[in-house]
Amino acid sequence: MKEQSQIMDVCLLAGDMMLKGGADTSRVTETMTQIAAVFDDRPSQCFVVHTGIIFSIDGVNPTKLIRVSERSTDLQKVADVNHVCRKISGGDLSLKEAYSQLKAIEKPEFTYPTWLRILSAAIASGCFLMMFKGGWGDFLPACLAGGLGFTGLVYFHRLTKLEFLFFAEFVASLIIGAVSAGLTHFGLGHEVDKIIVGSVIPLVPGVLIINAIRDFMAGHLISGLSRGAEAFLTVFAIGMGTAIAFVL
Amino acid sequence: MHLLQQIITSFVASVAFGIMFNSPKSALVKCGLIGMVGWVVYSVLVALDVNTVISTLIAALLIGVIGQSYAHIYKVPAIIFTAPSMIPLVPGGAAHDAVHYFVQDNYHSAVQLSIKVFLLSIVIAVGFILSEAGNQLYTKYLIRRKGMP
Repeated sequence: MKEQSQIMDVCLLAGDMMLKGGADTSRVTETMTQIAAVFDDRPSQCFVVHTGIIFSIDGVNPTKLIRVSERSTDLQKVADVNHVCRKISGGDLSLKEAYSQLKAIEKPEFTYPTWLRILSAAIASGCFLMMFKGGWGDFLPACLAGGLGFTGLVYFHRLTKLEFLFFAEFVASLIIGAVSAGLTHFGLGHEVDKIIVGSVIPLVPGVLIINAIRDFMAGHLISGLSRGAEAFLTVFAIGMGTAIAFVL
Repeated sequence: MHLLQQIITSFVASVAFGIMFNSPKSALVKCGLIGMVGWVVYSVLVALDVNTVISTLIAALLIGVIGQSYAHIYKVPAIIFTAPSMIPLVPGGAAHDAVHYFVQDNYHSAVQLSIKVFLLSIVIAVGFILSEAGNQLYTKYLIRRKGMP
């Protein structure tokens, strides 16, 4: 019984981190059932929605449930968990070792420092402007707007956790709209529309949208719906932010 | 010249997104390459007057196929490579404009644009799923050829 519980802990930890890292439901389910299959012969039952996991070996008792509250796109975690899962499947790790390795991955910091992420957002905004056929004169305004918007997002996300991610996105896009409009007003930028579109891309949850559709197609309808709803609300918040910035 | 500009900016943008998505360091340059190839294929197709939806599908398929191959070679999940690379294709700008139209009470244009956004997103996902299916078929073919169980 105790070992069953330990197996479930390992599986849940792996699934939890993958979900937090933004993996799609199929991958999370596969990973968890694969790990369980290595340590136990009975078929495990795994129910994953975007906001939680219900897991049980042999479908009856014991069953564990975890709720996954914070979700972002953290590919390092997905890669690391996948790496550990491969080692488990290869028979290289015992249960305890697997658990400690997964725990080591759980640390909340990102691989790259925050300033680098903000800088990448700024550069990405400028590059997107160019990719959407903007002019070189608008490159720096887009970088500035995108960088400031992303900074706003990170800062407000830290300030108001969880439920108010939409608020953080809304404020971030408000900042972008204001900065772009301001720069164009003072003659430093030329095409406001293109600047905004380029700067807003780091905020748009592209991976969320695509994973929502992949979940739908794989048959995970509830997960697809909830991801889709989150993606829709986020896009809506971003659009509202810039629209209101224009009106003001 | 214009093409060179697109090549460089799409590479840099994909790497930048790799950093934002916290990809492993070793994967960054590969993300950049795949993103660059995907975007360039998309731009060229659109410039040749191919339908946007079809261009997106082909670009997504290409990104998926290369991503899956890299995943095989480097033994990491394919999403590491495909996630940053597909961001340029995701219709963020169009979605944003659609919301604007909604706010301005211009429901006609808003619904039109929303449907396009929806279609494009589906097509990107379809591109990836097709590449995954292809990958599975190829793996099965390899296993059968080598005679392994």
